[in-house]
Amino acid sequence: MTAPKPESWIEVRPTGLYVRPGDFHVDPTRAVGRAVITHGHADHARAGHAAVAATAETLAIMAVRYGAEPEQAKQALLPGAMLSIGDVSVTLYPAGHVLGSAQVLLEHKGSRVVVSGDYKRRQDPTCAPFEPVPCDVFVTEATFGLPVFRHPDDRDEIAKLLNSVRMFPDRCHVIGAYALGKAQRMIALLREAGWDRPIYLHGALQNLCDLYRAHGVDLGDLRPATAGQKGVPRDDFKGEIVLAPPSAIADRWGRRLPDPVVCMASGWMRVRQRAKQRGVELPLIISDHADWDELLQTVEDVDAPEVWITHGREEALVHAITATGRRARALSMVGYDEEEGA
Amino acid sequence: MKPFAALLDRLIYTPSRNAKVALIAEYFRQAPDPDRGWGLAALTGGLDFKGVKAGTVRGLAMERVDPTLFAWSYDFVGDLAETTALIWPERLSNRAWPGLSEVVDRLSGAQRSEAPEIVADWLDTLDATGRWALLKLITGGLRVGVSARLAKVALAAYADAEPAEIEELWHGLEPPYTELFAWLDGDGPRPSLEDKPVFRPAMLAHPLEEGEIAGLDAAAYVAEWKWDGIRVQISSRGGETRLYSRTGDDIGRAFPDVLDHVTFEGVLDGELLVVIEGEVRPFNELQQRLNRKTVTGAMLKKYPAFVRLYDILFDGREDLRALAFSERRNRLEGFYARAAPRRMDVSQVVEFRDLAELEALRVSSRGTATEGLMLKRQDSPYVAGRPKGLWYKWKRGPLTLDTVLMYAQRGHGKRSSFYSDFTFGAWRSSPETGEDEVVPVGKAYFGFTDEDLKHLDKWVRDHTLHRYGPVREVERGLVLEVAFDSVHRSPRHKSGVAMRFPRIARIRWDKPPGEADRLETLERLIE
Ligand SMILES: [Zn+2]
Ligand SMILES: [Zn+2]
Repeated sequence: MTAPKPESWIEVRPTGLYVRPGDFHVDPTRAVGRAVITHGHADHARAGHAAVAATAETLAIMAVRYGAEPEQAKQALLPGAMLSIGDVSVTLYPAGHVLGSAQVLLEHKGSRVVVSGDYKRRQDPTCAPFEPVPCDVFVTEATFGLPVFRHPDDRDEIAKLLNSVRMFPDRCHVIGAYALGKAQRMIALLREAGWDRPIYLHGALQNLCDLYRAHGVDLGDLRPATAGQKGVPRDDFKGEIVLAPPSAIADRWGRRLPDPVVCMASGWMRVRQRAKQRGVELPLIISDHADWDELLQTVEDVDAPEVWITHGREEALVHAITATGRRARALSMVGYDEEEGA
Repeated sequence: MKPFAALLDRLIYTPSRNAKVALIAEYFRQAPDPDRGWGLAALTGGLDFKGVKAGTVRGLAMERVDPTLFAWSYDFVGDLAETTALIWPERLSNRAWPGLSEVVDRLSGAQRSEAPEIVADWLDTLDATGRWALLKLITGGLRVGVSARLAKVALAAYADAEPAEIEELWHGLEPPYTELFAWLDGDGPRPSLEDKPVFRPAMLAHPLEEGEIAGLDAAAYVAEWKWDGIRVQISSRGGETRLYSRTGDDIGRAFPDVLDHVTFEGVLDGELLVVIEGEVRPFNELQQRLNRKTVTGAMLKKYPAFVRLYDILFDGREDLRALAFSERRNRLEGFYARAAPRRMDVSQVVEFRDLAELEALRVSSRGTATEGLMLKRQDSPYVAGRPKGLWYKWKRGPLTLDTVLMYAQRGHGKRSSFYSDFTFGAWRSSPETGEDEVVPVGKAYFGFTDEDLKHLDKWVRDHTLHRYGPVREVERGLVLEVAFDSVHRSPRHKSGVAMRFPRIARIRWDKPPGEADRLETLERLIE
């Protein structure tokens, strides 16, 4: 018996990727009955599903974000352990994106599809590394799906930051970093580079840093970047590193910082015009997504004859994958955010 | 190349002048000789590579990259040099980066046809930042927001020297400025200026504040008109003549009509103007000839340049700067009678009995091509910079207009969390619909106190209509009284007019926006 074609049992619906023989979605973009969630970023993990299966870490992150959701049936999955939902077996594998992030292997009558969610291939001290899983169809995003996106070594970017801190001792370096994943990775990278001073946090980052610590990720001395006197910059932040969500820096909150060097940690910082538009003074090209070379390398590694691309620079990735003799198809899904965690 | 690439990569994002100075000074500490001198030349606009154009760069990229992917990438990035730098396939290479001096030497020594291959070889060696910096450097125009003047200020900061000392030497030196660095580092003698038409740092005036007028000893001062052109210095020595702006930029190439007839030796201070049949034309006409590398015959005819002389610093090779103004003035008149330079005259002294008469003259001068009066102490030597108490500029009161706030943009550095750059407009009836609309007439980012700024920022946040990146469009609900020096026609602006030196004079929280001024009011003020 030949295996069914993947497009015969997985479909793109307005609610997201729907797996018919199991009657569930993967990373639905709105509340549904049953969902398998790859990771805790808000565009992948939404509130209000009746039943959720994900890694224990992802469930914990969702609880921090959305509260307990007592009505919801939750199932924690260990990486590599198989779960049957209807006529589909579901297995999670690490995606290397953020704490608890997973790829979802879906098997149905011998047909294997991997939904990778968001992933990266670089070493990251705050989460388990990506594992390539051979499959018939590999479902990938393409946020950085253009050959201009090639992330440099994150150690060089951290060195750039520390060099700037040394050069401008009377200023404060404030790094725009998303609350889940990027913030903790930045802290861990700074610690690896030997920065052992306290790192100051905007309030919105505190809970998730606590959660990372509870999962055994060492982040060193973290302190709240609370206001001093209203509207008066805090002189004791001079020479220090402060982390905040990007939106807070441009906001009134930013005024407590003494003459800040505004930094932003994101793969988008590779393109100068983008960094300039955002008023960034020190761009740090540090991303939790695969860059162009890694997208192509991953397709080779999983050796899938067919690739589906959920969102991003789809046409370029389709073009490049097709040139290697594989089939590639753009799903053009809406509802995924290209900024968070980028 | 590495320190230089890192420098450019920081400068392009750095808005604050002080931070730029710190970054450039750090570069002079990090980079070796003669690389740092070539870096200085690049920052001051003194490097020009002829063999490499945008087309060369595109051609190189096309040999290495899928053209379809390149086209999509270029669409996304929006800059050819940057797209090429980012997309260039990386090879693991242990070769050392070329130094800046190697880049200069090899490219200037190469045939035009050899250049692409040399550049491709470097691109294979460098990383993305290095490739970007190299392509910016060799295709011309770094555009990192650093003027020649700022680069020299940074050099002074590096060596703990006075900018005026560097300025004085600058035009007698050539890249890679090895003797200059040696002197600044204390490893060599001061470079000699013999036989070179160098720039001599200019003496500048203080604005005369309202409160100072009464206490002024009028009899000690000479008055002249403050002509509305640009301050220049003509420097001629050893058969060469240069025309410098007051900051020492060589602007002579665009003004052959002034320079071609110079036969004297000396250094003169004056105002560059457009003068037709003895009449000084509005600043706007001079503007047509500024910021150009070359000039056409038609421009020379339509906007003939002229220099009105204020002062003499050197007569022949005799340094007159220590003499009193009144003595220099005699020397200037004597020089003018003797040399009779073409397209120049001597600025008139304005006779006055007392300050009241001078005040009346100043006020009645609106509509002439002057900005007000200059007051110079008769006994003042010619001192570089802006010394206190010697020279004053006494400008006419500004014009004002009640405008409506339209857009606000976030500032930089200390102001990065404030909406501090304001675009304002005046009412007119729309050419399409006939309905009243506000059309932008200018932009200002100063004139208000920190306290005002807090209120403005809050108002902007509370009355936002749309957001475009760092810019917010606001409701037409706040009147700003704007002061400006003059207004002229400008086809580049939607309103057809542009203000000179606009600043916010008052925030009219009290005034209904419907009562703000109309565009026609502004048009009537065009001189
Ligand atoms: Zn994500
Ligand atoms: Zn995502």
